[in-house]
Amino acid sequence: MSVAEAEAREIQFDAPSGLWHEAFHRLIRNPSAIIGFVLVLVFFTAAVFAPRLATDDPLKTDLLAIADGCCPGPSSEHWLGVDLLGRDVFSRLLYGARYSLLIGVVSVFIGLSIGLVIGAAAGYIGGIVDSVLMRAMDVMLAIPGLLFAIAIVAALQPGLWQIMVAVGIVNIPIFARLLRSSVLAQRENDFVLAARAVGVRKHTILASHILPNAVSVLIVQATLAMATAIIDVAGLAFLGLGNPDPSTPEWGAMLTDVNEYLQAAPFLAVVPGLAIVLSVLGFNMIGDGLREALDPKLRGRA
Amino acid sequence: MLRYVVRRLLLLVPILLGVSVLVFFWIRLLPGSPAESLLGERATPELVAAYRERYGLDEPIYEQYAKYLRSITDFDFGVSVATHRQVTDEIKDRFPATVELAVAAMLFATLIGIPLGFVAAKKYGSFIDHASLFVSLIGISIPIFFLAIILKYVFAVRLGWLPSVGRIDVTIEAEHPTNFYVLDAIITRDWATLWDVIKHLILPAIALGSIPLAILARITRASVLDVQNEDYVRTARAKGLAPMTVDRRHVLRNAMLPISTILGLQVGLLLSGAVLTETVFAWPGMGSWLRDAIFNRDYPVLQGGILFLAFVFVMVNLIVDISYAFINPRIRYS
Repeated sequence: MSVAEAEAREIQFDAPSGLWHEAFHRLIRNPSAIIGFVLVLVFFTAAVFAPRLATDDPLKTDLLAIADGCCPGPSSEHWLGVDLLGRDVFSRLLYGARYSLLIGVVSVFIGLSIGLVIGAAAGYIGGIVDSVLMRAMDVMLAIPGLLFAIAIVAALQPGLWQIMVAVGIVNIPIFARLLRSSVLAQRENDFVLAARAVGVRKHTILASHILPNAVSVLIVQATLAMATAIIDVAGLAFLGLGNPDPSTPEWGAMLTDVNEYLQAAPFLAVVPGLAIVLSVLGFNMIGDGLREALDPKLRGRA
Repeated sequence: MLRYVVRRLLLLVPILLGVSVLVFFWIRLLPGSPAESLLGERATPELVAAYRERYGLDEPIYEQYAKYLRSITDFDFGVSVATHRQVTDEIKDRFPATVELAVAAMLFATLIGIPLGFVAAKKYGSFIDHASLFVSLIGISIPIFFLAIILKYVFAVRLGWLPSVGRIDVTIEAEHPTNFYVLDAIITRDWATLWDVIKHLILPAIALGSIPLAILARITRASVLDVQNEDYVRTARAKGLAPMTVDRRHVLRNAMLPISTILGLQVGLLLSGAVLTETVFAWPGMGSWLRDAIFNRDYPVLQGGILFLAFVFVMVNLIVDISYAFINPRIRYS
């Protein structure tokens, strides 16, 4: 092999191999992102396989288990002990993961999809449409998030679906603003000008030139929004706005009952609380890792 | 500068109008008719009729909105269904409690968050840096109410060092001219009460301050890292200024700019978090009041409380933005 050939091969190895490929490599070399993935994987597994993994029926009350006072700690029969009504905490925790996952996905989906449409319209059409839409978003942001969600749930009546919708709506302006600024930044790029010059239609430019470039920002925001959605929904459920049926194994609601019995059974608060912290931590770590990995300013540095 | 302030004030008008429209329609979305939902389930037909008359609920919708707007600009939010007191009077009682808690939380967050972020940036890559990143990651991942429950259990229930509920010991009879208990105790020179009030504040303030602390530590770290590599910092070092002076006069002063912009946004988090923190610690502020209002279907309270807090949030952000323009001339002229 000649020197030139060797050099050519080296250059080939070093050649940039596309944003996603490179980002992926940066991501798997980030220990904190890996920990995040593991946490989220555990969370997903618990949610998906809850019926198989659970050692007991999450709704079954066993008053014999609390006959000697509340509440016996972990045992071979009940891995994480039983709650105030003698229900198996481990099984409730697994089923709770299902609710948290569903809640996170649904509310982020609501916020993302509606925010996407509003942000894209505002950024690309501009003018009066932009002003009206963005002022509307400002109004939504003027009401502190959780209070806004509380007001929505009050109108829709308490319930798990209602709080998902509420948290989703609260997320709309965040995604809308993010996408709008991303669209505005892309709009001035040469490749958009080139596409316009050769007569590509407006919505085609938006769909095939501008939106794909905003995807990375949206993925990062969606991951972080999953984390806050889980916290917010748990908070609303903790306030008692969740499922009217209090036996639902939802993590936030599991903490509500415990607040009154803290002295007798602190363990019952720690378990669902830690479950929330660990799953939220997982999403936050992935989100941070993705942000670093996808940041064009950092490209080629790691 | 004056032009900037006026422009910002004018921008406020459509936002506040928007919030009022939102709340106006929200009342009409509530289950039951507006009169029924705002007067409560036990209202007599005569009362409902009088209410419809007063707020013109039989008139066209734009007239209703005009009347509604007039009533809220008079700070007339109606009467609480649960206590039969004017909502405005209740706000006067409860808002100081929330402000006191929020200020204490913010104090805790800034006094720990900013130094933590600063040291982390100065010792980039060190143990302290990693520790600060970890603390801020945990801070944004832990639900406020869970942290509040843990703090309450460890320091109030288990160790008994601090009280677990309320603003002040029930046996203390103190005067409250302003309803800001810390201020009241200082004015009346009642040091025993002051100590008791501060003890009640500590746990809720830590719980509520956890998220702002995490965010401030993060932003400070990133901002100091940015500023540290600027040319003017290198020049300051090169001309032989003491490292402390460079840090104080050049690094920190410039790094504070992005930090101060996010301070206003924290107020929204504090007001949201207050609902949860106040619920755990039975703190008699706006948050626990609104929580109770949900359960009592006390819609006048929800309406007045949310409108009022949105107003406070918008005003605080305005003040932060204006003072930011004072510090940073680049904003004023853009």
